[in-house]
Amino acid sequence: MEAALDVLSWIFIVTGLAFCLIGGYGLLKMRDMFARLHAASLIDTLGVGFVFIGLMFQVGFTLVLAKLVIVLLLIFFTGPTATFALARAAINHNSLPAVDDADKKLAAETKSTDRSQGGIG
Amino acid sequence: MPRMRLGCFSGVEGDYVTRTLGLAAALAAFWVLLSGYWLPLIIALGIASIALCVVIARRLDVCDREGYPIHLTVPGITYFPWLVKEIVVSNITVAKAILTGDVNPQVLQVRASQSDALGRTVYANSITLTPGTVSISVDEDVITVHALMDETADGLRSGEMNARVCNLMGDSVPTDTKHEVGAA
Repeated sequence: MEAALDVLSWIFIVTGLAFCLIGGYGLLKMRDMFARLHAASLIDTLGVGFVFIGLMFQVGFTLVLAKLVIVLLLIFFTGPTATFALARAAINHNSLPAVDDADKKLAAETKSTDRSQGGIG
Repeated sequence: MPRMRLGCFSGVEGDYVTRTLGLAAALAAFWVLLSGYWLPLIIALGIASIALCVVIARRLDVCDREGYPIHLTVPGITYFPWLVKEIVVSNITVAKAILTGDVNPQVLQVRASQSDALGRTVYANSITLTPGTVSISVDEDVITVHALMDETADGLRSGEMNARVCNLMGDSVPTDTKHEVGAA
């Protein structure tokens, strides 16, 4: 039983680390900040998620399990907020997404109408 | 559009009491789980901390519908598993895209059909949590999204997530099939 739990735990931890590794590779490889955000979200969703599930198998039904769940929930709720703040900061400092021409116009409009109430469309 | 204030001072007395008691119960559970000690001194300190937090939350008027959305617990039972499934699926899609380098970054705008700020926040956060799509701007009910590739952008265009968040919030699901703003 102990060994089976260990195997299961390691499968989850290694899978999580694989996602972290791919996310890290993507962070270096992607061409602009916005594309890099997608690679980063790989790390803070399934990367962290799988590692934590693996750790839960290690600790069993103890108080530490509850703490792991609480930390996981915290990451799930704060991650998107941090990502959004990063994207806003980039747009406010004129670092617009690298996309093809039609989309570039849309991205520029987003910035110009940002503070007006009208919006687009 | 006026912001919805259905909170502590909206006159909904029952709602107010439920939320305050719910907050105290959640804080008590949080304290017990983090400490794990049943000594009289520790428990007394816990009760004092909880009382202080509840009083501050009431004075700040943050234990309202937005700050403490306890009413989403039951509808969330069906929404969260679906969101986790979406996160897993798109994680694999994006991981493949990173390894093969087959990406097509694009910007699109979708209309959030939720009736209040809380619903739109849940929708925008769900978009960001799903790898391959990131909310980069929210203007009234229009959310501007940066998508890494066609596949993830099309998934968002289908409007399924929008409809599910409407269900979660108890809003009517839009019958209009065109979810994207300004699409041909």
